[in-house]
Amino acid sequence: MTVLPELLSIVTELQKRFRGRLDSVRTAHVNEVYVHATMDLVAGFTAHLYRKWNARLVSFFADDARPGEGAFHLYYVFALDAAHGFIVLRVPVSPDKPEFISLTNAIHAVNWQEREVQDMFGLKLLGHPNPRRCALHDHWPEVYPLRKDFDLRATLPPFQGEHHKFRAVEGEGVFQVPVGPVHAGIIEPGHFLFSVAGEPVLYLQLRLFYVHKGTEKLFESLPVPHCVRLAESISGDSSFAHATAFCYAVERAADVEAPPRARALRTACLELERIYNHLADIGAICTDVAFVTANMHAMRLKERVLRVNERLAGNRLLRGMACLGGVRFDWDTEQLRALADLVNELETELNSLVELIRGSSSTRDRLETTGVLKPELARDLGIVGIAGRASGFDHDLRRDFPHAFYDKVQFTVPVFSEGDVQRRMAVRREELYQSFSIIRQLLERLPPGPICAPLAEVPPDRTALGYVEGWRGEIFHWVRTAPGNRLARCKIKDPSLQNWPSLSEAILGNIVPDFPVVNKSFNLSYSGTDR
Amino acid sequence: MFEILRASLKTGVVTTRYPATPAEVSSRARGRPEIDWANWKDARPGATICPTGAISYQDANGQREAKLDLAKCIFCGLCAEVDGAIRMTNNCQCATPRRDDLSTRATYRLRGDGTHDQILTGPLVGQPRNPEQRPVETESLETLGKQIKQRTSKLFGRSLHIREVDAGSCNGCEIEIVGLNSPVYDLERFGVHFVASPRHADMLLVTGPVTRNMELALKKTYDAMPPPRLVAAVGACGCSGGSLASTTPPVAAWTP
Ligand code: SF4
Repeated sequence: MTVLPELLSIVTELQKRFRGRLDSVRTAHVNEVYVHATMDLVAGFTAHLYRKWNARLVSFFADDARPGEGAFHLYYVFALDAAHGFIVLRVPVSPDKPEFISLTNAIHAVNWQEREVQDMFGLKLLGHPNPRRCALHDHWPEVYPLRKDFDLRATLPPFQGEHHKFRAVEGEGVFQVPVGPVHAGIIEPGHFLFSVAGEPVLYLQLRLFYVHKGTEKLFESLPVPHCVRLAESISGDSSFAHATAFCYAVERAADVEAPPRARALRTACLELERIYNHLADIGAICTDVAFVTANMHAMRLKERVLRVNERLAGNRLLRGMACLGGVRFDWDTEQLRALADLVNELETELNSLVELIRGSSSTRDRLETTGVLKPELARDLGIVGIAGRASGFDHDLRRDFPHAFYDKVQFTVPVFSEGDVQRRMAVRREELYQSFSIIRQLLERLPPGPICAPLAEVPPDRTALGYVEGWRGEIFHWVRTAPGNRLARCKIKDPSLQNWPSLSEAILGNIVPDFPVVNKSFNLSYSGTDR
Repeated sequence: MFEILRASLKTGVVTTRYPATPAEVSSRARGRPEIDWANWKDARPGATICPTGAISYQDANGQREAKLDLAKCIFCGLCAEVDGAIRMTNNCQCATPRRDDLSTRATYRLRGDGTHDQILTGPLVGQPRNPEQRPVETESLETLGKQIKQRTSKLFGRSLHIREVDAGSCNGCEIEIVGLNSPVYDLERFGVHFVASPRHADMLLVTGPVTRNMELALKKTYDAMPPPRLVAAVGACGCSGGSLASTTPPVAAWTP
């Protein structure tokens, strides 16, 4: 199989540099190359990719390959934005010595992901600065749910003890403010512990994974077509993005390409998802600084989008639209007109909403310089999506790794460097205008033809990465297929997982009453993180 | 200030007139599936394609008991694509005070080739051997509305305060519950109000399948509510997602 020339030159350089130490190099897809090596190479390999090729470690996970290959495998997925390709490093871990060396001190973005591997696979983490439990709470018994010998229906031994022991923060006048897991609003559960001295926050500890449902394990138990519906429930606000990332992964594993019309309709749906979420977030940010009228307008507009979604896909959250090989429903002229009207109407409405918000000086006062995430920090933590782009970290899979129909439409990626709540709102505002333009371009040149490529059964023992730039940021699904139209492993990576730590940093020095608005400006998914 | 008022006046009233007028649901929306029980010839295609097991069957002694459980159904419409006897309606109103009422079953005579023909019993709503089992009826939603209204007004006067707890949902249900507070649906016009603390709540609204890590928090929230208190489950996960029935208090309303 041919490889993208830019990616090929990097791979060649790596082969030269690490001569004799790479066990094998395998091209899975035109932009996806697997490198097999051993644990001792990981740190040097990663450092080299970061320094020389400006790589980003976008996903880290394990796979229990003991039944077939006699070892656990660790996968490090690096995105090379300039080369538009991925390099995946695979490292075996022997079942006799179930441990691996941490990268967290060098690359903070893998902190939670490494701990999750430790919890789920029982592989001991060496050299991690904080190797405590992460995905499973402290009161879980010693079980390793993602090992193949763990039965999904197993009855667990009784749970004992505390959910989580927070770190003690002491000092004169320091108070602890616990919040959650059940919050005051209609939102998802998570526990925040603020340490405050007076009003300003000194330290924020997060405890998540309250809504961990074993989704990845569930993927291994279902026939592949059923998995698409499961993928829609990873994070409700990104139903379509997750389902599409999953379908894309399976399509790549099966060497099937969705037809052009399907890709165009997927793009339209991804943008619709972006539009309704961005509108909702702009409104919610306004609510959190007591500008409720703006939220009422935003909610009204969001409802308009949801109703059009219902006309286009039969479901307000676009569920049921995605399928392997393409999309399930084509749109007739009446539906396309509804979409065109929606975009026109929203554009005018958004203009007035933006004016309304701009006219409120107290709102601006609350949003500017609040919850600042500095660009250097965003880069160090590998913050992606809206939050990254508001802090000068300029990455967008739609542009850097064109999927769906994004290579056929023109758009710009708004980037700011201040990193405050105001800028995270501004990224959303600008992206809304870009989404309107993308949908208009799609409507102008919607390719004719079928909307789904046949994909009856996935071939076994293939691996593939599927990716989508969802409204929140980059979503990755990685699959390893098994015989009988099943999956041996499905790894889901929601942008939230990577972005949560940024909240602990952005809130420092801010007052507790500003926490809701800072949190909302990131609007991370608990369900996407916890799975 | 004047700009804000001007924008509101220009927008006018956007609230739906529901329930005075029917719910504004697109004819293309997928709501509950309906099975033509009398002419249903084969439960297998639907059961195979259904991703959640909402359609299921059991064969024994030359008979087949086929079942549709709306508590599990996610309205994906796949069954209707493979089976002509199943039709997707745009009716999304399935709430009921009894979990059992969400399932409908019928028994058929099984044929040698695996299809079934003559309907022997049913279709019946509810559990077999349950005195409340009864034929399929259509006006159940109105009955339910009346029942709930009677019950809530008896318990709480004309207002109902709700505490929502996400016990493991994907946040899809939260999107729609938040939507009820939008000016379009404006739930407060019915005296229904979402509150921040269980201490203020009359009803606990639960979404999600109840994860192990949320079990304790959910129980504590329920315990913190002053009686009398109601529990309502929302969404297919809340209604059928596993551990709910065994770990939580009595549920008063089921809304898949
Ligand atoms: S609509 Fe989907 S979930 Fe519901 S019964 Fe049919 S196949 Fe099953």
